[in-house]
Amino acid sequence: MKDSADELRRLLERMTSIRRFEEEIQRRFLKGDIPGTTHLCIGQEAVPVGVSSTLREGDLTAATYRGHGASLALGVDETALAAEMMGRATGVCGGRSGSMNVIDRGHGLLGCFGIVGGTIAAATGAALALRGSGNVAVAYFGDGTTNQGYFPECLNFAQVFKLPVLFVCEHNLYGEYTPWEDVTAGANLRARAEVYGIRADTADGNDVLAVRAAATEALEAVRAGQGPAFLECHTYRQVGHSRSDPAKYRPEGELEEWLAKDPLKKARAALGELGVTEEELDELDASMTEQTARCFAAASAAPYPEPAVLARVEEYCNA
Amino acid sequence: MPDFRGALNAALVGEMERDDKVVVLGEDVAVAGGVFKVTEGLVERFGPERVLDTPISELALAGAAFGGAAAGIRPIVEVMFGDFMPLLMDSLINQAAKYWFISEERHSIPLVFRSAVGAGGRFGPIHSQSPGTLLHNVPGIKVICPATPAAAESLLRAAIRDPNPVVFLEHKRLYTLKEDYEPAAAAEPGRLGQAIVRREGTDVTLVSIMKGVHDALEAADRLAERGVSAEVVDLQSLRPLDVDTVAASLAKTNRLVAIEEGPRTGGWAMGLLGALAATSLDEIEDVWALNTIDGPVPFSPPLEDADLPGADRIVESVAERVAA
Repeated sequence: MKDSADELRRLLERMTSIRRFEEEIQRRFLKGDIPGTTHLCIGQEAVPVGVSSTLREGDLTAATYRGHGASLALGVDETALAAEMMGRATGVCGGRSGSMNVIDRGHGLLGCFGIVGGTIAAATGAALALRGSGNVAVAYFGDGTTNQGYFPECLNFAQVFKLPVLFVCEHNLYGEYTPWEDVTAGANLRARAEVYGIRADTADGNDVLAVRAAATEALEAVRAGQGPAFLECHTYRQVGHSRSDPAKYRPEGELEEWLAKDPLKKARAALGELGVTEEELDELDASMTEQTARCFAAASAAPYPEPAVLARVEEYCNA
Repeated sequence: MPDFRGALNAALVGEMERDDKVVVLGEDVAVAGGVFKVTEGLVERFGPERVLDTPISELALAGAAFGGAAAGIRPIVEVMFGDFMPLLMDSLINQAAKYWFISEERHSIPLVFRSAVGAGGRFGPIHSQSPGTLLHNVPGIKVICPATPAAAESLLRAAIRDPNPVVFLEHKRLYTLKEDYEPAAAAEPGRLGQAIVRREGTDVTLVSIMKGVHDALEAADRLAERGVSAEVVDLQSLRPLDVDTVAASLAKTNRLVAIEEGPRTGGWAMGLLGALAATSLDEIEDVWALNTIDGPVPFSPPLEDADLPGADRIVESVAERVAA
């Protein structure tokens, strides 16, 4: 009982840290502290946290442009990630990537990909390099990606060569601004993997333990050399597609319905049932809030990169 | 005497022996040995784990090559025809070419896209293009275009060892070209981005790549009979572009024609003339370019022949503009 409570507590801590990070990003965007655009994963935290909790040293993850959650779930430093969003020299990529393209190989993050489907390609290729090593590659992508050319090509490719890759579909009901069923024929995403003979499962993407259990089982088969696996996680993006999207396309009541199934709330309730007190949970929440505030304060005090770097980059590209 | 495809094959064998991270991927590259027979014998020698017949899925092929290179292998992809190159563009331009930069210079993408390019083979508008110029605007990749078997071997070896993505163009009309070269010298990787003077001359510089270099050499022979001394520069690479070597030749001849098998607009020839205007305006007496029409490659043999800037057109054009 205590073990499972400790484990779930750690997972809730990670999810809360992601939630606070995303909320702080949103706040600072509105203040003009953070340039460009961003894609928040509020409401979807359980998927990367559940999947990442099963990964090992040497595994490689390809995350989407909605990738802050996946990055933090892998252990990417929160201050460095915040600094990256602000274009600072101390950012994960020295301010070169911004929100959408973070690479942090030290934490197994092959990259975040700004092109829909890029994760599937990158992870399929990484799996080619990981053949026979016992390590795996993971690709996150949304429901919309199943209509992108990379999806059928890479699933077929991965299955033909029995590559160790887990394809994680974060099915959040919308491809950017458009409801998925308006632009998707067949209405069965799992079937799109099964048709290649790929093992396919579905999980409640708002239940971190359910995601973790499904990923654990799928990855066992993948690590055993049985080829790729597909895991469809049902979840919901509680915010707009990007910062300029007020998400007015949602039908009435849909957001409220999903807020009731919020992954953090679910984990809190489950911990309550395991005997963790409200007080302890509030404490966890407060400590994550403080941590985020500290990280963003440190990040915003960091210097910008020196423009002199551009000449060096050009010299390298022409060498 | 080795021919161009044999030289490429020697480079592949040599580099695969040298480094077991090198893998070859492509359509029909293993059992069939490649449609242009460049990869013949590789699967027998290195096995199906390192020489993979892939599905006809260029997106997957390019994506897998990028991801594989990011994760520690050194993929060489055969892109059957250069005309299929647009299908690879996301992985090449958006991912592979940027990874070194985004990762704050910590990680590179060592991969090679080899591809058969060029017109003159009666393959029609969509199997005859030279996609090098689509790519020379992309920082982070190299575009290599050898003219001779020896160069093909040494430059392909260098491309495979390069830490960053290289597009390696092979002209279809050069595959059977033979050259008596020293195998040990060609086994040394060449320098990517280095132009070379193929023939010395004093009156005019002829600059080209791949098949165009041979057309220029033939034209130079014929121009010599007319008393015009032509220097021939083989760029060997479109990116990096070795403007210095060309500028040095121009300083000697003061006249230069760039011969490009491809459309004028946005092509490398006009780009080179622009670069020379910026570096060497005082040296210029006359510079111009010979291209195909600013249109697609035609199929009909007489049309295709008329479209190509071969030796006849070079001789005619130089004779007209350079007083002997």
